[in-house]
Amino acid sequence: MPQADTQSFRTALIQEEDLSLLEEVSMKTAGVSHLEMCIQCGSCGGSCPPAEEMDHTPRMLFAMLRAGMRDAVLQSNTPWICVSCYHCVVRCPQNVHITDVMYTLKSMAIRAKKYRDATAPEFSETFVDMVEKYGRSFEFGLATRHYLKHAPLRLVGMSTLGLGMLTKGRMSLTPKRIKGMPQLKAILDKAKELELTS
Amino acid sequence: MNDYLFYPGCSMESSAKAYYDSLMEIAEPLGINLKEIEDWNCCGATEYVGINLIPAYSLIARNLALAAKMNNGTKTVVAPCSACYLNLAKADYYMAERPALGEKVNQALEAGGLHYVPGTLDIRHILDVIINDIGLDVLKSKVVKPLKGLRVAPYLGCMVPRPDYYHRWSDPEHPIELEEVLKAIGAEVVDFPRATACCGGHMTQIGPETAYELIRRLISSAEKYKADIMVTVCPMCQMNIDAYQAETNRHFGTHYHMPIVFFTQLIGLALGFPPEKLGFGTEITSTKEALARIGVEVPEAVEEGAPRRKKEEGLPMPPRLLKNVKGKPRNAEEAEQ
Repeated sequence: MPQADTQSFRTALIQEEDLSLLEEVSMKTAGVSHLEMCIQCGSCGGSCPPAEEMDHTPRMLFAMLRAGMRDAVLQSNTPWICVSCYHCVVRCPQNVHITDVMYTLKSMAIRAKKYRDATAPEFSETFVDMVEKYGRSFEFGLATRHYLKHAPLRLVGMSTLGLGMLTKGRMSLTPKRIKGMPQLKAILDKAKELELTS
Repeated sequence: MNDYLFYPGCSMESSAKAYYDSLMEIAEPLGINLKEIEDWNCCGATEYVGINLIPAYSLIARNLALAAKMNNGTKTVVAPCSACYLNLAKADYYMAERPALGEKVNQALEAGGLHYVPGTLDIRHILDVIINDIGLDVLKSKVVKPLKGLRVAPYLGCMVPRPDYYHRWSDPEHPIELEEVLKAIGAEVVDFPRATACCGGHMTQIGPETAYELIRRLISSAEKYKADIMVTVCPMCQMNIDAYQAETNRHFGTHYHMPIVFFTQLIGLALGFPPEKLGFGTEITSTKEALARIGVEVPEAVEEGAPRRKKEEGLPMPPRLLKNVKGKPRNAEEAEQ
């Protein structure tokens, strides 16, 4: 879709006061999100494997974005249920990068502390902690820390599986650390100062 | 020999060791020369990007910058893990599509003395390389032990065929590539309708009930189409179907037994490598019965949980307790799926 069409669509149909949330989300999304091009067809929700567990289908969430319903959007469990399967993305007739928009909404919900269930955000944060510490993911550390905090009872049931993974050499008790940790840390520290603003 | 830069990804060192081992075995006979990117880091999986965008893309881009600096006569990066493949490809694509992102990421990289010009590298999946660079004819010519009689369900998963910004695959939802490779090594490929359906991804950790349902749909479908084994290209898919199958069975009161292995492991068998060199035996859901069909003996994998009942008529039970038997739909809704 040419950029000019996006622009004229924006000016024609959207009042300025409603722009902020929609544009903010679009701007904070990695590629060109095409979010403002959504025509509310519902292909996304119809394609979504776990849609029935979502508070709002992606289509509904995008309508709420356009309506400027910031708190309701950031409290919705929808982005946290998204499994990143990209079925909706390849079926969307408007080429909206739906999965990436979900990532943006997660990060906005974390910053605004609006999410209602901490399990998923804290799992992501634990994962990222490990990566920032070692440069590689560390499954044993991630799993134990996550289960101890969020599902201690499940840990008991999982012990056989964990043991199986350990004895079959599929999980290590110690993390692997990359050599370039100072370099990676410098990169990530700098990156944290930067935001997408245009 | 075709030269490639190799990004293994964290899973290949741990949960998907069988993928790594089998790929290393088959690389040489297929003429694939993999040079590991020096001191690569984690791609952030599906977690970092949901927390902080610029750091997430900078983390990925460090790998791209390191790869672009390597000098082995190629600019093609090969990743075997679906999430790694997609993250690397997406970073390269989005840094070009959204120059503002490219600039910020490079500002961050410069703090570590690195730089990456989007478009420098070609990011490809190992399945794409085997089909399009090596070719099915070469693959067929190397087969010494066709997997005749093994019914396989080709399970490609999500992140290899989708979103496919580079248009490398035949179709985003019904691609034929994995099927073609499996046919080339003599396996009997079942018409698996859920070939690119989701395994639940990280939901096995954060929302297990969501994941169990997606896993159940996959294994019940594979079983309905009478597959002996599922075949995947993705460490996360393998882990979810293999390691969480027992939990899924407990959750639904089902008795499915559907082993899943990496496609490189089956290629290895067809090329004549012994199963223990290909990582067989490290599955949680045993492949023993399935591979016995083609005369391959694998070390016994440890089954999680209680032993599986072999036959529904094994014990004299009242009919109401017999409803959850292996392979049969429990209700109309399940029969439909």
